[in-house]
Amino acid sequence: MKINREDVEHVARLARLALQPAELDALTGQMDAILDYVEKLNELDTEGITPTAHAVPMENAFREDLVKPSIGIARAQQNAPDKDGSCFKVPKVIE
Amino acid sequence: MDLNSLTISQLRAQLAAGETTSVELTRAFLERVKATDGKINAFITVCEQEALTAADEADQRIAAGNAAPLTGIPLAVKDIFNTREVRTTCASKILDNYVSPYDATAVARLREQGAVIIGKLNMDEFAMGSSNENSAAGSVKNPWDLSRVPGGSSGGSAASVAAGQVLATLGTDTGGSIRQPASHCGVVGLKPTYGRVSRYGVVAYASSLDQVGPLARNVEDCATLLGAVAGYDPADSTSVDVPVPDYLATLKEGVKGKKIGLPQEYFIDGLDADVQAAVEAAIETYKQLGAEIVEVNLPHTDYAVACYYLIATAEASSNLARYDGVRYGVRVDNGEGLIGMYQRTRAAGFGDEVKRRIMLGTYALSSGYYDAYYLKAQKVRTLIRQDFLAAFEQVDFMLTPVAPTPAFRIGEKVNDPLQMYLSDIFTIPVNLAGTCALSLPCGVSSEGLPIGLQLLGKAFAEAEILQAAWAFENATDFGGKLAPL
Repeated sequence: MKINREDVEHVARLARLALQPAELDALTGQMDAILDYVEKLNELDTEGITPTAHAVPMENAFREDLVKPSIGIARAQQNAPDKDGSCFKVPKVIE
Repeated sequence: MDLNSLTISQLRAQLAAGETTSVELTRAFLERVKATDGKINAFITVCEQEALTAADEADQRIAAGNAAPLTGIPLAVKDIFNTREVRTTCASKILDNYVSPYDATAVARLREQGAVIIGKLNMDEFAMGSSNENSAAGSVKNPWDLSRVPGGSSGGSAASVAAGQVLATLGTDTGGSIRQPASHCGVVGLKPTYGRVSRYGVVAYASSLDQVGPLARNVEDCATLLGAVAGYDPADSTSVDVPVPDYLATLKEGVKGKKIGLPQEYFIDGLDADVQAAVEAAIETYKQLGAEIVEVNLPHTDYAVACYYLIATAEASSNLARYDGVRYGVRVDNGEGLIGMYQRTRAAGFGDEVKRRIMLGTYALSSGYYDAYYLKAQKVRTLIRQDFLAAFEQVDFMLTPVAPTPAFRIGEKVNDPLQMYLSDIFTIPVNLAGTCALSLPCGVSSEGLPIGLQLLGKAFAEAEILQAAWAFENATDFGGKLAPL
Protein backbone atom coordinates (compact mmCIF):
# COMPACT_ATOMS: atom_id res chain seq x y z
CA MET A 1 0.00 0.00 0.00
CA LYS A 2 1.36 3.40 -1.01
CA ILE A 3 -1.37 5.32 0.77
CA ASN A 4 -3.96 4.49 3.45
CA ARG A 5 -7.27 6.02 4.44
CA GLU A 6 -5.72 8.22 7.15
CA ASP A 7 -3.27 9.67 4.58
CA VAL A 8 -6.20 10.40 2.25
CA GLU A 9 -8.10 12.17 5.05
CA HIS A 10 -5.00 14.26 5.77
CA VAL A 11 -4.61 15.22 2.09
CA ALA A 12 -8.32 16.13 1.92
CA ARG A 13 -7.79 18.53 4.82
CA LEU A 14 -4.79 20.08 3.04
CA ALA A 15 -6.86 20.42 -0.16
CA ARG A 16 -9.81 21.95 1.75
CA LEU A 17 -12.23 19.28 0.58
CA ALA A 18 -14.95 18.04 2.97
CA LEU A 19 -15.20 14.57 1.45
CA GLN A 20 -17.84 11.98 2.34
CA PRO A 21 -16.75 8.64 3.86
CA ALA A 22 -17.64 6.84 0.62
CA GLU A 23 -15.50 9.29 -1.37
CA LEU A 24 -12.57 8.76 0.98
CA ASP A 25 -12.91 4.99 0.60
CA ALA A 26 -13.01 5.15 -3.20
CA LEU A 27 -10.11 7.62 -3.38
CA THR A 28 -7.92 5.46 -1.15
CA GLY A 29 -8.06 2.59 -3.63
CA GLN A 30 -7.81 4.79 -6.74
CA MET A 31 -4.92 6.92 -5.46
CA ASP A 32 -3.10 3.79 -4.33
CA ALA A 33 -3.40 2.30 -7.84
CA ILE A 34 -2.24 5.52 -9.50
CA LEU A 35 0.69 5.98 -7.09
CA ASP A 36 1.66 2.37 -7.69
CA TYR A 37 1.66 3.07 -11.44
CA VAL A 38 3.76 6.27 -11.21
CA GLU A 39 6.32 4.29 -9.20
CA LYS A 40 7.71 3.27 -12.60
CA LEU A 41 9.48 6.64 -12.80
CA ASN A 42 11.93 5.18 -10.26
CA GLU A 43 13.17 2.79 -12.95
CA LEU A 44 14.97 5.83 -14.39
CA ASP A 45 18.22 7.17 -13.00
CA THR A 46 17.71 10.94 -12.86
CA GLU A 47 20.83 11.73 -10.85
CA GLY A 48 22.23 15.05 -12.10
CA ILE A 49 19.29 15.75 -14.45
CA THR A 50 18.02 19.35 -14.31
CA PRO A 51 14.26 19.44 -13.65
CA THR A 52 12.05 21.06 -16.33
CA ALA A 53 9.49 23.46 -14.87
CA HIS A 54 8.57 24.98 -18.24
CA ALA A 55 8.91 23.68 -21.77
CA VAL A 56 10.15 26.98 -23.15
CA PRO A 57 13.29 28.15 -21.33
CA MET A 58 12.57 31.71 -20.21
CA GLU A 59 14.14 34.35 -18.03
CA ASN A 60 11.97 36.64 -15.95
CA ALA A 61 9.54 38.71 -18.00
CA PHE A 62 9.93 42.30 -16.86
CA ARG A 63 7.73 45.27 -17.70
CA GLU A 64 7.46 48.87 -16.62
CA ASP A 65 5.52 49.32 -13.37
CA LEU A 66 2.82 51.58 -14.80
CA VAL A 67 -0.76 52.19 -13.67
CA LYS A 68 -3.18 51.11 -16.41
CA PRO A 69 -6.98 51.03 -16.59
CA SER A 70 -8.50 47.92 -15.00
CA ILE A 71 -12.01 46.49 -14.92
CA GLY A 72 -12.96 48.42 -11.78
CA ILE A 73 -14.48 47.40 -8.46
CA ALA A 74 -18.09 46.94 -9.60
CA ARG A 75 -17.18 44.51 -12.41
CA ALA A 76 -14.62 42.73 -10.25
CA GLN A 77 -17.36 42.16 -7.65
CA GLN A 78 -20.14 41.22 -10.05
CA ASN A 79 -19.75 37.50 -9.30
CA ALA A 80 -19.13 37.78 -5.56
CA PRO A 81 -21.25 35.41 -3.43
CA ASP A 82 -21.33 38.10 -0.73
CA LYS A 83 -19.96 41.65 -0.54
CA ASP A 84 -19.93 44.70 1.69
CA GLY A 85 -19.28 47.98 -0.08
CA SER A 86 -16.09 47.57 -2.07
CA CYS A 87 -15.05 44.43 -0.13
CA PHE A 88 -15.66 40.72 -0.56
CA LYS A 89 -17.43 39.46 2.55
CA VAL A 90 -16.43 36.12 4.11
CA PRO A 91 -17.58 34.12 7.14
CA LYS A 92 -15.98 34.92 10.49
CA VAL A 93 -12.23 34.14 10.45
CA ILE A 94 -11.26 34.66 14.11
CA GLU A 95 -13.34 33.20 16.94
CA MET B 1 -26.81 26.34 -50.66
CA ASP B 2 -25.40 23.83 -48.21
CA LEU B 3 -23.62 26.07 -45.74
CA ASN B 4 -22.22 23.12 -43.85
CA SER B 5 -20.00 21.79 -46.60
CA LEU B 6 -18.12 25.03 -47.17
CA THR B 7 -14.76 26.27 -45.90
CA ILE B 8 -14.08 29.58 -44.20
CA SER B 9 -12.29 30.96 -47.26
CA GLN B 10 -15.21 30.01 -49.52
CA LEU B 11 -17.64 31.70 -47.15
CA ARG B 12 -15.40 34.76 -47.01
CA ALA B 13 -15.52 34.98 -50.80
CA GLN B 14 -19.32 34.69 -50.77
CA LEU B 15 -19.59 37.36 -48.10
CA ALA B 16 -17.30 39.68 -50.06
CA ALA B 17 -19.31 39.11 -53.24
CA GLY B 18 -22.57 39.86 -51.46
CA GLU B 19 -23.91 36.35 -52.18
CA THR B 20 -24.73 35.86 -48.52
CA THR B 21 -24.61 37.86 -45.30
CA SER B 22 -23.17 37.11 -41.90
CA VAL B 23 -26.68 37.38 -40.40
CA GLU B 24 -27.88 34.73 -42.86
CA LEU B 25 -24.92 32.48 -42.10
CA THR B 26 -25.29 32.93 -38.37
CA ARG B 27 -28.98 32.06 -38.51
CA ALA B 28 -28.20 28.96 -40.56
CA PHE B 29 -25.64 27.67 -38.05
CA LEU B 30 -27.89 28.52 -35.08
CA GLU B 31 -30.63 26.48 -36.82
CA ARG B 32 -28.23 23.58 -37.23
CA VAL B 33 -27.39 23.77 -33.51
CA LYS B 34 -31.11 23.70 -32.64
CA ALA B 35 -31.70 20.73 -34.93
CA THR B 36 -28.78 18.61 -33.76
CA ASP B 37 -27.71 19.54 -30.25
CA GLY B 38 -30.44 17.53 -28.54
CA LYS B 39 -28.57 14.47 -29.85
CA ILE B 40 -24.95 15.38 -29.09
CA ASN B 41 -25.06 17.99 -26.26
CA ALA B 42 -22.06 19.92 -27.62
CA PHE B 43 -23.16 23.36 -26.39
CA ILE B 44 -23.39 24.57 -22.80
CA THR B 45 -24.49 28.08 -23.75
CA VAL B 46 -25.87 29.35 -27.08
CA CYS B 47 -25.46 33.14 -27.50
CA GLU B 48 -28.16 33.78 -30.11
CA GLN B 49 -28.77 37.49 -29.48
CA GLU B 50 -25.10 38.38 -29.03
CA ALA B 51 -24.26 36.41 -32.18
CA LEU B 52 -26.89 38.13 -34.33
CA THR B 53 -25.72 41.54 -33.11
CA ALA B 54 -22.10 40.65 -33.94
CA ALA B 55 -23.21 39.32 -37.35
CA ASP B 56 -24.99 42.58 -38.11
CA GLU B 57 -21.87 44.56 -37.21
CA ALA B 58 -19.81 42.21 -39.40
CA ASP B 59 -22.12 42.83 -42.35
CA GLN B 60 -21.61 46.58 -41.94
CA ARG B 61 -17.85 46.08 -41.79
CA ILE B 62 -17.92 43.95 -44.96
CA ALA B 63 -20.06 46.58 -46.70
CA ALA B 64 -17.54 49.24 -45.65
CA GLY B 65 -14.80 47.20 -47.32
CA ASN B 66 -12.54 46.53 -44.35
CA ALA B 67 -13.20 42.85 -43.66
CA ALA B 68 -10.57 40.66 -41.94
CA PRO B 69 -10.18 36.91 -42.67
CA LEU B 70 -12.79 35.93 -40.07
CA THR B 71 -15.23 38.83 -40.39
CA GLY B 72 -18.78 37.50 -40.28
CA ILE B 73 -17.76 33.84 -39.82
CA PRO B 74 -19.75 31.99 -37.12
CA LEU B 75 -17.49 30.17 -34.63
CA ALA B 76 -17.78 28.75 -31.12
CA VAL B 77 -15.34 28.34 -28.24
CA LYS B 78 -14.82 25.83 -25.44
CA ASP B 79 -16.45 26.95 -22.20
CA ILE B 80 -12.98 27.32 -20.67
CA PHE B 81 -12.50 30.72 -22.38
CA ASN B 82 -13.64 33.78 -20.48
CA THR B 83 -16.18 35.61 -22.65
CA ARG B 84 -17.28 39.06 -21.57
CA GLU B 85 -20.79 39.19 -20.06
CA VAL B 86 -21.41 35.57 -21.07
CA ARG B 87 -21.65 32.64 -18.66
CA THR B 88 -18.32 30.77 -18.42
CA THR B 89 -18.71 27.53 -16.43
CA CYS B 90 -15.74 25.34 -17.43
CA ALA B 91 -18.40 22.59 -17.17
CA SER B 92 -18.22 22.81 -13.38
CA LYS B 93 -20.93 23.28 -10.78
CA ILE B 94 -18.55 25.58 -8.91
CA LEU B 95 -18.71 28.13 -11.77
CA ASP B 96 -22.37 27.50 -12.57
CA ASN B 97 -23.34 31.16 -12.01
CA TYR B 98 -20.10 32.81 -13.22
CA VAL B 99 -20.48 35.56 -15.83
CA SER B 100 -17.07 36.72 -16.96
CA PRO B 101 -16.28 40.45 -16.75
CA TYR B 102 -13.66 40.19 -19.54
CA ASP B 103 -12.63 38.36 -22.74
CA ALA B 104 -9.74 35.91 -22.99
CA THR B 105 -7.09 37.23 -25.40
CA ALA B 106 -7.82 34.46 -27.94
CA VAL B 107 -11.51 35.39 -27.89
CA ALA B 108 -10.71 39.11 -28.11
CA ARG B 109 -8.55 38.41 -31.20
CA LEU B 110 -11.43 36.55 -32.87
CA ARG B 111 -13.75 39.45 -32.06
CA GLU B 112 -11.25 42.03 -33.39
CA GLN B 113 -11.46 40.22 -36.73
CA GLY B 114 -15.24 40.42 -36.58
CA ALA B 115 -15.84 36.70 -36.02
CA VAL B 116 -19.29 35.79 -34.71
CA ILE B 117 -19.18 33.66 -31.54
CA ILE B 118 -22.40 31.68 -31.40
CA GLY B 119 -21.79 29.89 -28.11
CA LYS B 120 -19.76 28.06 -25.50
CA LEU B 121 -18.92 24.40 -25.92
CA ASN B 122 -19.16 21.46 -23.56
CA MET B 123 -15.99 19.88 -22.14
CA ASP B 124 -14.69 17.77 -19.29
CA GLU B 125 -14.88 19.77 -16.05
CA PHE B 126 -11.81 22.04 -15.84
CA ALA B 127 -10.46 20.23 -18.94
CA MET B 128 -9.80 17.10 -16.89
CA GLY B 129 -10.80 14.05 -18.88
CA SER B 130 -10.46 12.05 -22.08
CA SER B 131 -14.11 11.29 -22.76
CA ASN B 132 -16.22 14.36 -21.95
CA GLU B 133 -18.05 12.26 -19.36
CA ASN B 134 -16.81 14.54 -16.54
CA SER B 135 -19.09 17.49 -17.35
CA ALA B 136 -21.61 19.10 -15.01
CA ALA B 137 -23.55 19.84 -18.21
CA GLY B 138 -23.76 16.14 -19.11
CA SER B 139 -21.78 13.92 -21.49
CA VAL B 140 -21.22 14.91 -25.10
CA LYS B 141 -22.11 12.16 -27.60
CA ASN B 142 -19.93 11.28 -30.59
CA PRO B 143 -21.84 12.44 -33.72
CA TRP B 144 -20.66 9.34 -35.62
CA ASP B 145 -22.06 6.95 -33.01
CA LEU B 146 -24.19 8.36 -30.22
CA SER B 147 -23.31 5.46 -27.89
CA ARG B 148 -19.64 6.50 -27.94
CA VAL B 149 -17.58 9.28 -26.39
CA PRO B 150 -16.36 12.19 -28.54
CA GLY B 151 -13.04 12.19 -26.65
CA GLY B 152 -11.99 14.89 -24.26
CA SER B 153 -11.53 17.30 -22.84
CA SER B 154 -12.50 19.48 -25.85
CA GLY B 155 -15.27 17.00 -26.74
CA GLY B 156 -17.88 19.67 -27.47
CA SER B 157 -15.41 21.57 -29.68
CA ALA B 158 -14.76 18.47 -31.82
CA ALA B 159 -18.31 17.07 -31.90
CA SER B 160 -19.75 20.43 -32.87
CA VAL B 161 -17.44 20.73 -35.90
CA ALA B 162 -18.14 17.12 -36.96
CA ALA B 163 -21.89 17.79 -36.71
CA GLY B 164 -21.66 20.93 -38.86
CA GLN B 165 -22.89 23.21 -36.08
CA VAL B 166 -19.95 25.52 -36.78
CA LEU B 167 -17.02 25.41 -39.21
CA ALA B 168 -14.36 25.83 -36.55
CA THR B 169 -13.90 26.13 -32.81
CA LEU B 170 -11.25 26.87 -30.21
CA GLY B 171 -10.23 24.24 -27.68
CA THR B 172 -7.37 23.72 -25.25
CA ASP B 173 -4.87 20.88 -25.04
CA THR B 174 -3.00 19.95 -21.83
CA GLY B 175 -2.38 16.24 -22.53
CA GLY B 176 -4.21 15.69 -25.82
CA SER B 177 -7.47 17.52 -25.23
CA ILE B 178 -7.63 18.95 -28.77
CA ARG B 179 -6.00 16.11 -30.73
CA GLN B 180 -7.74 13.10 -29.17
CA PRO B 181 -11.32 14.42 -29.60
CA ALA B 182 -10.41 15.65 -33.11
CA SER B 183 -9.30 12.10 -33.89
CA HIS B 184 -12.43 10.50 -32.42
CA CYS B 185 -14.76 12.92 -34.23
CA GLY B 186 -12.99 12.96 -37.62
CA VAL B 187 -11.93 16.62 -37.64
CA VAL B 188 -8.60 18.48 -37.75
CA GLY B 189 -7.21 19.73 -34.43
CA LEU B 190 -3.94 21.53 -33.72
CA LYS B 191 -2.07 21.91 -30.45
CA PRO B 192 0.37 24.76 -31.02
CA THR B 193 3.80 25.06 -29.42
CA TYR B 194 3.68 26.12 -25.77
CA GLY B 195 3.68 29.93 -25.77
CA ARG B 196 2.38 30.29 -29.36
CA VAL B 197 -1.10 31.39 -28.25
CA SER B 198 -1.89 33.49 -25.18
CA ARG B 199 -3.43 31.69 -22.21
CA TYR B 200 -4.74 34.95 -20.73
CA GLY B 201 -8.37 34.48 -19.74
CA VAL B 202 -8.27 30.70 -20.24
CA VAL B 203 -9.28 28.93 -17.04
CA ALA B 204 -6.03 27.32 -15.87
CA TYR B 205 -5.63 23.57 -15.41
CA ALA B 206 -1.87 22.83 -15.64
CA SER B 207 -0.14 26.06 -16.54
CA SER B 208 3.13 24.63 -17.87
CA LEU B 209 1.22 22.35 -20.28
CA ASP B 210 -2.03 24.15 -21.26
CA GLN B 211 -2.19 25.54 -24.79
CA VAL B 212 -5.01 27.03 -26.91
CA GLY B 213 -5.63 25.70 -30.43
CA PRO B 214 -8.13 25.41 -33.29
CA LEU B 215 -10.38 22.55 -34.42
CA ALA B 216 -11.92 22.63 -37.90
CA ARG B 217 -13.26 20.39 -40.63
CA ASN B 218 -10.22 20.94 -42.84
CA VAL B 219 -6.57 21.91 -42.57
CA GLU B 220 -6.99 25.29 -44.26
CA ASP B 221 -9.61 26.47 -41.77
CA CYS B 222 -7.40 25.29 -38.94
CA ALA B 223 -4.54 27.40 -40.35
CA THR B 224 -6.82 30.43 -40.72
CA LEU B 225 -7.94 30.21 -37.09
CA LEU B 226 -4.41 29.67 -35.77
CA GLY B 227 -3.24 32.75 -37.68
CA ALA B 228 -5.98 34.78 -36.01
CA VAL B 229 -5.17 33.84 -32.41
CA ALA B 230 -1.39 33.23 -32.42
CA GLY B 231 1.18 35.73 -31.24
CA TYR B 232 2.73 37.39 -28.23
CA ASP B 233 0.44 38.87 -25.59
CA PRO B 234 1.81 41.14 -22.85
CA ALA B 235 -0.97 39.84 -20.57
CA ASP B 236 0.53 36.29 -20.70
CA SER B 237 4.21 36.46 -19.82
CA THR B 238 4.67 32.84 -20.94
CA SER B 239 3.53 33.69 -24.46
CA VAL B 240 6.57 33.85 -26.73
CA ASP B 241 7.53 36.77 -28.93
CA VAL B 242 8.20 34.82 -32.11
CA PRO B 243 6.78 36.27 -35.37
CA VAL B 244 3.57 34.61 -36.61
CA PRO B 245 4.06 33.38 -40.20
CA ASP B 246 1.33 33.48 -42.84
CA TYR B 247 0.17 29.88 -42.43
CA LEU B 248 -1.95 29.98 -45.59
CA ALA B 249 0.91 31.23 -47.78
CA THR B 250 2.95 28.02 -47.39
CA LEU B 251 0.06 25.59 -46.97
CA LYS B 252 0.20 24.01 -50.42
CA GLU B 253 3.96 23.51 -50.84
CA GLY B 254 3.82 19.74 -50.32
CA VAL B 255 6.15 17.29 -48.58
CA LYS B 256 8.54 16.32 -51.39
CA GLY B 257 11.98 15.65 -49.90
CA LYS B 258 10.79 15.98 -46.30
CA LYS B 259 12.06 13.50 -43.74
CA ILE B 260 9.30 11.98 -41.64
CA GLY B 261 10.23 10.13 -38.45
CA LEU B 262 8.32 7.10 -37.15
CA PRO B 263 8.99 6.82 -33.40
CA GLN B 264 9.19 3.08 -32.82
CA GLU B 265 7.78 3.34 -29.30
CA TYR B 266 4.41 4.49 -30.73
CA PHE B 267 3.89 1.40 -32.87
CA ILE B 268 3.24 -1.01 -30.03
CA ASP B 269 1.39 -4.24 -29.32
CA GLY B 270 -2.13 -3.41 -28.28
CA LEU B 271 -2.63 -0.85 -30.99
CA ASP B 272 -6.09 -1.40 -32.50
CA ALA B 273 -5.76 -3.25 -35.84
CA ASP B 274 -7.84 -0.70 -37.77
CA VAL B 275 -5.79 2.17 -36.32
CA GLN B 276 -2.57 0.41 -37.25
CA ALA B 277 -3.76 -0.28 -40.82
CA ALA B 278 -4.91 3.32 -41.31
CA VAL B 279 -1.64 4.78 -40.05
CA GLU B 280 0.41 2.36 -42.18
CA ALA B 281 -1.61 3.38 -45.24
CA ALA B 282 -0.93 7.02 -44.38
CA ILE B 283 2.81 6.28 -44.33
CA GLU B 284 2.49 4.84 -47.86
CA THR B 285 0.64 7.97 -48.97
CA TYR B 286 3.46 10.17 -47.70
CA LYS B 287 6.01 8.00 -49.56
CA GLN B 288 4.02 8.50 -52.75
CA LEU B 289 3.96 12.23 -52.09
CA GLY B 290 7.76 12.19 -52.13
CA ALA B 291 8.61 12.16 -48.44
CA GLU B 292 11.36 10.02 -46.97
CA ILE B 293 10.38 7.78 -44.03
CA VAL B 294 12.95 7.25 -41.26
CA GLU B 295 12.72 5.23 -38.05
CA VAL B 296 13.47 7.25 -34.91
CA ASN B 297 13.31 6.60 -31.17
CA LEU B 298 11.70 8.43 -28.27
CA PRO B 299 13.06 6.11 -25.57
CA HIS B 300 11.22 7.61 -22.58
CA THR B 301 7.71 7.41 -24.10
CA ASP B 302 6.63 4.71 -21.66
CA TYR B 303 7.17 7.10 -18.72
CA ALA B 304 5.15 10.01 -20.12
CA VAL B 305 1.76 9.15 -18.62
CA ALA B 306 3.20 8.73 -15.11
CA CYS B 307 5.20 11.94 -15.49
CA TYR B 308 2.15 13.85 -16.76
CA TYR B 309 -0.21 12.72 -14.01
CA LEU B 310 2.17 14.02 -11.36
CA ILE B 311 3.01 17.36 -13.01
CA ALA B 312 -0.51 18.12 -14.26
CA THR B 313 -2.22 17.23 -10.98
CA ALA B 314 0.34 19.15 -8.90
CA GLU B 315 -0.21 22.26 -11.02
CA ALA B 316 -3.98 21.71 -10.94
CA SER B 317 -4.08 21.44 -7.15
CA SER B 318 -2.39 24.84 -6.97
CA ASN B 319 -4.44 26.48 -9.75
CA LEU B 320 -7.78 25.26 -8.40
CA ALA B 321 -7.08 26.63 -4.92
CA ARG B 322 -8.69 29.83 -6.19
CA TYR B 323 -12.18 28.25 -6.10
CA ASP B 324 -12.91 29.08 -2.50
CA GLY B 325 -16.37 30.68 -2.61
CA VAL B 326 -15.01 34.17 -1.94
CA ARG B 327 -14.67 36.23 -5.14
CA TYR B 328 -16.81 34.33 -7.63
CA GLY B 329 -18.58 31.05 -8.13
CA VAL B 330 -20.84 29.05 -5.88
CA ARG B 331 -20.55 29.30 -2.06
CA VAL B 332 -21.78 26.67 0.40
CA ASP B 333 -21.71 28.03 3.96
CA ASN B 334 -23.13 26.08 6.89
CA GLY B 335 -21.89 28.36 9.62
CA GLU B 336 -18.64 26.49 10.36
CA GLY B 337 -16.44 29.53 9.79
CA LEU B 338 -14.13 30.38 6.90
CA ILE B 339 -12.28 27.05 6.60
CA GLY B 340 -15.56 25.15 6.86
CA MET B 341 -17.02 27.30 4.07
CA TYR B 342 -13.99 26.53 1.85
CA GLN B 343 -14.31 22.80 2.49
CA ARG B 344 -18.08 22.63 1.89
CA THR B 345 -17.91 24.86 -1.19
CA ARG B 346 -15.19 22.80 -2.82
CA ALA B 347 -16.72 19.43 -1.89
CA ALA B 348 -20.07 20.47 -3.35
CA GLY B 349 -18.69 22.35 -6.38
CA PHE B 350 -16.12 19.95 -7.84
CA GLY B 351 -16.91 16.67 -9.59
CA ASP B 352 -15.21 13.33 -8.87
CA GLU B 353 -12.38 13.55 -11.42
CA VAL B 354 -11.47 17.09 -10.40
CA LYS B 355 -11.40 16.06 -6.74
CA ARG B 356 -9.26 13.04 -7.62
CA ARG B 357 -6.69 15.20 -9.44
CA ILE B 358 -6.63 17.87 -6.72
CA MET B 359 -6.05 15.11 -4.15
CA LEU B 360 -3.30 13.45 -6.18
CA GLY B 361 -1.58 16.78 -6.84
CA THR B 362 -1.86 17.90 -3.24
CA TYR B 363 -0.30 14.61 -2.16
CA ALA B 364 2.52 14.89 -4.72
CA LEU B 365 3.37 18.39 -3.45
CA SER B 366 2.93 17.64 0.25
CA SER B 367 5.68 17.65 2.80
CA GLY B 368 7.91 14.59 2.55
CA TYR B 369 6.71 13.57 -0.94
CA TYR B 370 7.74 16.57 -3.08
CA ASP B 371 11.15 15.17 -4.07
CA ALA B 372 9.88 11.64 -4.62
CA TYR B 373 7.00 12.63 -6.89
CA TYR B 374 6.93 16.19 -8.24
CA LEU B 375 10.68 16.79 -8.53
CA LYS B 376 11.22 13.30 -9.94
CA ALA B 377 8.52 13.93 -12.56
CA GLN B 378 10.12 17.24 -13.56
CA LYS B 379 13.44 15.45 -14.10
CA VAL B 380 11.77 12.78 -16.23
CA ARG B 381 10.14 15.60 -18.18
CA THR B 382 13.65 16.77 -19.07
CA LEU B 383 14.47 13.31 -20.46
CA ILE B 384 11.27 13.26 -22.53
CA ARG B 385 12.01 16.71 -23.90
CA GLN B 386 15.57 15.68 -24.78
CA ASP B 387 14.17 12.67 -26.70
CA PHE B 388 12.17 15.07 -28.88
CA LEU B 389 15.10 17.44 -29.45
CA ALA B 390 17.32 14.52 -30.50
CA ALA B 391 14.69 13.04 -32.84
CA PHE B 392 14.07 16.42 -34.48
CA GLU B 393 17.77 16.64 -35.37
CA GLN B 394 17.21 13.66 -37.67
CA VAL B 395 13.80 14.45 -39.21
CA ASP B 396 11.54 17.36 -40.22
CA PHE B 397 8.52 16.04 -38.36
CA MET B 398 7.15 12.78 -36.91
CA LEU B 399 4.06 10.69 -37.67
CA THR B 400 2.15 8.53 -35.15
CA PRO B 401 -1.36 7.40 -34.24
CA VAL B 402 -3.34 9.89 -32.09
CA ALA B 403 -5.00 7.32 -29.86
CA PRO B 404 -4.54 3.54 -29.45
CA THR B 405 -8.21 2.87 -30.38
CA PRO B 406 -11.12 4.66 -32.08
CA ALA B 407 -13.74 6.27 -29.80
CA PHE B 408 -14.70 3.97 -26.92
CA ARG B 409 -18.21 3.50 -25.51
CA ILE B 410 -19.77 5.89 -23.02
CA GLY B 411 -19.29 4.37 -19.56
CA GLU B 412 -16.59 1.93 -20.70
CA LYS B 413 -13.67 3.46 -18.76
CA VAL B 414 -15.46 5.69 -16.30
CA ASN B 415 -14.76 3.49 -13.27
CA ASP B 416 -11.08 2.94 -14.01
CA PRO B 417 -9.17 6.26 -13.89
CA LEU B 418 -5.83 4.66 -14.77
CA GLN B 419 -7.18 3.01 -17.95
CA MET B 420 -8.72 6.36 -18.91
CA TYR B 421 -5.37 8.09 -18.38
CA LEU B 422 -3.58 5.53 -20.55
CA SER B 423 -5.82 6.41 -23.53
CA ASP B 424 -3.72 9.61 -23.80
CA ILE B 425 -0.43 7.76 -24.15
CA PHE B 426 0.38 9.11 -27.65
CA THR B 427 -0.63 12.73 -27.06
CA ILE B 428 0.83 13.50 -23.62
CA PRO B 429 4.55 13.49 -24.56
CA VAL B 430 4.11 16.49 -26.89
CA ASN B 431 2.73 18.62 -24.04
CA LEU B 432 5.64 17.61 -21.83
CA ALA B 433 8.10 18.51 -24.62
CA GLY B 434 6.23 21.76 -25.31
CA THR B 435 6.27 21.23 -29.08
CA CYS B 436 3.37 21.30 -31.58
CA ALA B 437 1.27 18.52 -33.10
CA LEU B 438 -1.94 18.10 -35.02
CA SER B 439 -4.52 15.39 -35.60
CA LEU B 440 -6.22 14.83 -38.94
CA PRO B 441 -8.54 12.13 -40.28
CA CYS B 442 -6.71 9.20 -41.94
CA GLY B 443 -9.27 6.43 -42.03
CA VAL B 444 -12.44 4.80 -40.78
CA SER B 445 -12.69 1.73 -38.55
CA SER B 446 -14.68 -1.39 -39.42
CA GLU B 447 -17.40 0.02 -37.15
CA GLY B 448 -17.50 3.29 -39.09
CA LEU B 449 -15.58 5.38 -36.57
CA PRO B 450 -13.04 8.04 -37.57
CA ILE B 451 -9.32 7.34 -37.08
CA GLY B 452 -6.80 10.15 -36.63
CA LEU B 453 -3.19 10.60 -37.71
CA GLN B 454 -0.84 12.67 -35.56
CA LEU B 455 1.89 14.86 -37.06
CA LEU B 456 4.43 16.09 -34.52
CA GLY B 457 6.40 19.23 -35.34
CA LYS B 458 9.38 21.08 -33.95
CA ALA B 459 8.84 24.05 -31.66
CA PHE B 460 7.11 26.85 -33.60
CA ALA B 461 6.93 24.70 -36.77
CA GLU B 462 3.13 24.83 -37.02
CA ALA B 463 3.42 25.96 -40.66
CA GLU B 464 5.35 22.79 -41.51
CA ILE B 465 2.88 20.31 -40.01
CA LEU B 466 -0.08 22.21 -41.48
CA GLN B 467 1.63 21.93 -44.87
CA ALA B 468 2.13 18.18 -44.41
CA ALA B 469 -1.46 17.77 -43.24
CA TRP B 470 -2.80 19.70 -46.24
CA ALA B 471 -0.79 17.50 -48.61
CA PHE B 472 -2.31 14.36 -47.05
CA GLU B 473 -5.83 15.76 -46.91
CA ASN B 474 -5.72 16.63 -50.59
CA ALA B 475 -4.20 13.32 -51.65
CA THR B 476 -6.87 11.28 -49.84
CA ASP B 477 -10.60 11.39 -49.21
CA PHE B 478 -10.83 11.10 -45.41
CA GLY B 479 -11.22 14.74 -44.41
CA GLY B 480 -14.06 17.23 -44.41
CA LYS B 481 -16.78 14.70 -43.68
CA LEU B 482 -19.98 15.70 -41.93
CA ALA B 483 -21.40 13.21 -39.42
CA PRO B 484 -24.86 11.92 -40.43
CA LEU B 485 -27.23 13.30 -37.79
